[in-house]
Amino acid sequence: MSDIRIERLDEFRWIIPPAGGMRVPGLIYADERMMNGAGKDESLRQVANVAHLPGIIRHSLAMPDIHWGYGFPIGGVAAFDMDDGIISPGGVGYDINCGVRLMATKLQFKEISDRVKDLVIALSRDIPAGVGSEGPVKLSIAEERRVLREGAGWAVKHGYGAGDDLMTIEDGGRMDGADPSCVSERALERGRRQLGTLGSGNHFLEIEVVEEIFDRRVASTFGLHAEGQVAVAIHTGSRGFGYQVCDDYLARMVKQSHSLDFPLPDRQLACAYLGSDEGKEYMAAMACAANYAWANRQILMHRTAQTFEKTLQRSPCDIGMRLVYDVCHNIAKVEEFEIEGRKKKVCVHRKGATRALPPRHPALPEVYRESGQPVLIPGDMGAGSYVLAGTDRALEETFGSTCHGAGRVMSRGRAMKASRNRSIAAEMADRGVIVMAARKKTLSEEMPEAYKDVEDVVNIVHRAGLSTKVARLRSVGCIKG
Amino acid sequence: MAEDADQARRPPYRIFEHTADLGVEICGTDKMDLFRNAALALSDIMTDRSCLQDKEEREIIIEGCDLEEVLVNFLREVLYLCNGKGWLLKDCVITEMDRLHLRAAVTGEAFRRDRHTVNIEIKAVTYHRTQIYMTEQGWTGRFICDV
Repeated sequence: MSDIRIERLDEFRWIIPPAGGMRVPGLIYADERMMNGAGKDESLRQVANVAHLPGIIRHSLAMPDIHWGYGFPIGGVAAFDMDDGIISPGGVGYDINCGVRLMATKLQFKEISDRVKDLVIALSRDIPAGVGSEGPVKLSIAEERRVLREGAGWAVKHGYGAGDDLMTIEDGGRMDGADPSCVSERALERGRRQLGTLGSGNHFLEIEVVEEIFDRRVASTFGLHAEGQVAVAIHTGSRGFGYQVCDDYLARMVKQSHSLDFPLPDRQLACAYLGSDEGKEYMAAMACAANYAWANRQILMHRTAQTFEKTLQRSPCDIGMRLVYDVCHNIAKVEEFEIEGRKKKVCVHRKGATRALPPRHPALPEVYRESGQPVLIPGDMGAGSYVLAGTDRALEETFGSTCHGAGRVMSRGRAMKASRNRSIAAEMADRGVIVMAARKKTLSEEMPEAYKDVEDVVNIVHRAGLSTKVARLRSVGCIKG
Repeated sequence: MAEDADQARRPPYRIFEHTADLGVEICGTDKMDLFRNAALALSDIMTDRSCLQDKEEREIIIEGCDLEEVLVNFLREVLYLCNGKGWLLKDCVITEMDRLHLRAAVTGEAFRRDRHTVNIEIKAVTYHRTQIYMTEQGWTGRFICDV
């Protein structure tokens, strides 16, 4: 990116000084090696492009897992003023509220080490996954509207999990302002069939084991008590419903983009002022998709717990599956921050980034008031996950945001070539991870080499102070779409 | 370019590198041919078109503020037929076209798990970096899909 000027601020922060139509600088969290990598693609230009949008506050931010998206980079964070700022469907992404939830169990790995294969087989039978898979929940039109308004609470009300689960979901698993009348018939139609499905691509359900604990006190607060404890991670989002909401509003905003009073550096950055009808309607439709995703993950968690009970022939109490936390990776939300000494509500876009609130933040549930928010960072297939905790520094510098995962470095096509004549499933088995995919090619496209090392990404946010390491979990079983 | 002698069976397109997503480059002898090939390429990436029959015809009518927007909106509609309606495209004829409008007749059939394959789930056709330009041989277009 020879035409994008980069200045190093300190060990982990890099600035793109405002140039051309940029209203604020770009600020990237990365180490030197990653910056060299990031420069290979268009992601830095995308950081600069986001800085062109009206009402952007302080910086166009990028987390260390930054990679080339469309419009916004993946790993991008940007906050906009409620009065003269914008909201952009491309700044959220197609998979609205794609996110991760982590469940701890009372099981020890040594108790189930010879049953992991059975669990993986049973989960791939019970959890609908893969392209076009349809869910176990058939919704009437009226019931679907309730899902969209109530989110994870709808699922709990219908017997999927317990009321306590809602406390440890970002925003209680329900985003305010959801209005199903702002959602197209197309999105509603797609949504009716897919609730309770995992999807395809990078989505997964993984059986994990606590491998290393960095902060015992905080880990214990999160319900991760000792090495060897079994946990489950689910990574999925709002399925075809969310894709359709994004697609509908993006097309509408692209169509109207010629009437905006500023030029768009990229059509995929099409947006609307937060105070405009389009902006408000997108926000209301996006909230529906966020709620759909939370209901989806809640249902999947419940079915996972049932599969564990059935397969291991143990009682729910024995298994003790309990929700640690559930975070969004793709979202725009109105949140309050201290800006220039004053409390101010802003619209934060996180596209491939995670909210990371510090201890004593009022939005945290009582149980995490002293520890800070659990931040869940999945690695590439079979790598396991990191659990981090939010910090004051993230609140001050990045609108309470941190990284979201490993970040791709290899396109799917290159991964397919690199995995030719190899059995990725056998390689994973050699590493102690049993993987099953609805579609064989998924394993090649999602092979570990296709991603940045999650450890590098996590170490940067840890050392840059955006969140602190709490525990590392390794994968022992994984189902993919 | 993954060009096949029989163009009706395999549209001329190639996949280009894009880190997280899927870039598609198509070509055509003229603009109408380019748009037809774009629709066929999208279908070809998602499924094995040779297993499809042209059992049913549908009409697609699209508008946009320029040619690039017309292309993306057209492909969004083809993708919706697959993802939203469970209907796969076998063939396509562009019946009318100018810079801001397009009318196409598409043929294909409903997806059946026992007869058809799905190679990949395409979430969306994006507006990011869409390009259409003239070359010595005819027309070339590029678009990026979210997968």
